[in-house]
Amino acid sequence: MKYPAIEVYNLKKSFRKRNGFWKAKRSWALDDVSFTVGQGETYGLLGPNGSGKSSLIRILSTLLIADSGEVRLLGHALPEEQKAVRRIIGRVSVDAAFYKKLSARENLLYTALLYGQKARTAERRALDILERLGLEDNKFSTPLEEMSRGMQQKISIARALVINPPLLLLDEPTTGLDPKSRRDVQAFLEELRRQEGRTILLTTHDMAEAERLCARIGFLARGKLVAEGTANQLKELAHAETLDDAFIKLTGEKLADEEKGNEEVEMVGEV
Amino acid sequence: MEQTIRQTWAFVFRGYHLTRRYLSWVIVFNFYALVTSATVALIGVAAQDYQLTLTLVVGALLWNFMSTLYNEIAMSIAYERWEGTLEYTFMAPVSRFIHLLGISLFSLFNSIIQTVIVLAGLLILTDLNLSGANLLGVLVTISISAVAFVGLGLMAAVLPVMSPERGAEATHIFQGSLLLVSGVYYPVEVLPKWLQPLSALSPATYTLSACRKLIGIGNSGSTREHLVSAPLSAVTRELVVLTIMGAVLMPLGLWVFGKVEIWAKRHGKLKRTG
Repeated sequence: MKYPAIEVYNLKKSFRKRNGFWKAKRSWALDDVSFTVGQGETYGLLGPNGSGKSSLIRILSTLLIADSGEVRLLGHALPEEQKAVRRIIGRVSVDAAFYKKLSARENLLYTALLYGQKARTAERRALDILERLGLEDNKFSTPLEEMSRGMQQKISIARALVINPPLLLLDEPTTGLDPKSRRDVQAFLEELRRQEGRTILLTTHDMAEAERLCARIGFLARGKLVAEGTANQLKELAHAETLDDAFIKLTGEKLADEEKGNEEVEMVGEV
Repeated sequence: MEQTIRQTWAFVFRGYHLTRRYLSWVIVFNFYALVTSATVALIGVAAQDYQLTLTLVVGALLWNFMSTLYNEIAMSIAYERWEGTLEYTFMAPVSRFIHLLGISLFSLFNSIIQTVIVLAGLLILTDLNLSGANLLGVLVTISISAVAFVGLGLMAAVLPVMSPERGAEATHIFQGSLLLVSGVYYPVEVLPKWLQPLSALSPATYTLSACRKLIGIGNSGSTREHLVSAPLSAVTRELVVLTIMGAVLMPLGLWVFGKVEIWAKRHGKLKRTG
């Protein structure tokens, strides 16, 4: 049976923010979010800073436990089956966290060993990925601290792929990259989607990137999934010329008008 | 099994390469450890009292070993949070037991190497004679006490999960307290009466007491030229206490770590800090 790669139903996550010594305020990072992503599909999540994108990725990555709701990745429920989930996901985060003193090779081999892989096989695979990402061979032995942000992010993508996961969680992988690096990464992701049929969940601020790479897109604002559909469906829904306009219209109206916002939440699944 | 060995090896691999890249700092830390140990041991040389010298040397060496082991394990999580890599380690399909075992193994290698360097330096600087000492017994004692110190390190490692900076501070305060109450350089009897009961809670107290007996310190038959050491059976009490401490602290450390990990995942505390 072919079930969706990602299933998220009525997901809620809140954080308590301390307000003075005694008082604490609860704020919702994710408020009743539901969506599914089919196997081999690339799904984009767009939202302003603080809309809950990273919290969602962290929950799917087993790094955060939701307050309520259901999450299943390739049929494995979270948080109950987190060990099985960890074997099938690769994650790229916006901040490309590494041991900066270590070389790309050392960082990637460390990851491969953590996943119980043979170092030699992982090394060959890592070199292949880096070549496809347009990184020269000699950079393999260079400490990360001597690399540009773009190169580090390419290593970060290689780290997610060196373990060969069927599901990729990409949290703003092109944010802060120069145009050339951004193009390289986008071309590589497109190739992954086309040739390997991998499922990708991508969060981004870049509308053009979402339109180019994602089969479907969800708009996330204030922790709510405001609307989802193909780029054309979203533009149609918002009566907008561009995805940029659609985003501003749908999320902006939501932010300004709570009642209207509730209607928009109901739109989810109908588009 | 093969996979588990590779996962354990991952932490040794990482530690080895980080040590290689920070080699100049490693040399500085080893030099500092040697110099501080030597300056303490030379107090005994100045007093022309070989028993005092041996007492101080054993204290300096064992403290060096135990504190390095404890500190490396306790701070490993803080380093990962500062680097931002903790999320990636926690995302990997590696059990917490294997994760912490890998960290402890590398810390153990590191502590042994540093202690050997300090011992070599002390042998040059203090004209020590260890003939007659029950060195095999000392090794057995240290091996048993290492388990207890790994357990303490695991318990302390949870603190930086909650708060990297405060956790690191608390880790050092705890380490300093152990140094104060364990009789590293002086008998615990010289401590204020109200502080003395705390020495019974420190694994270092029993390790030091056993090792000093096994080396021949305090034995009326020992001379500068030849030490009269105690057999291993003479330190059974210390070994039993250390074994119990290890058997309790190690699983307790893992259990506490597991609980704090779940807490951290509920409160979003695994993100990079620092």
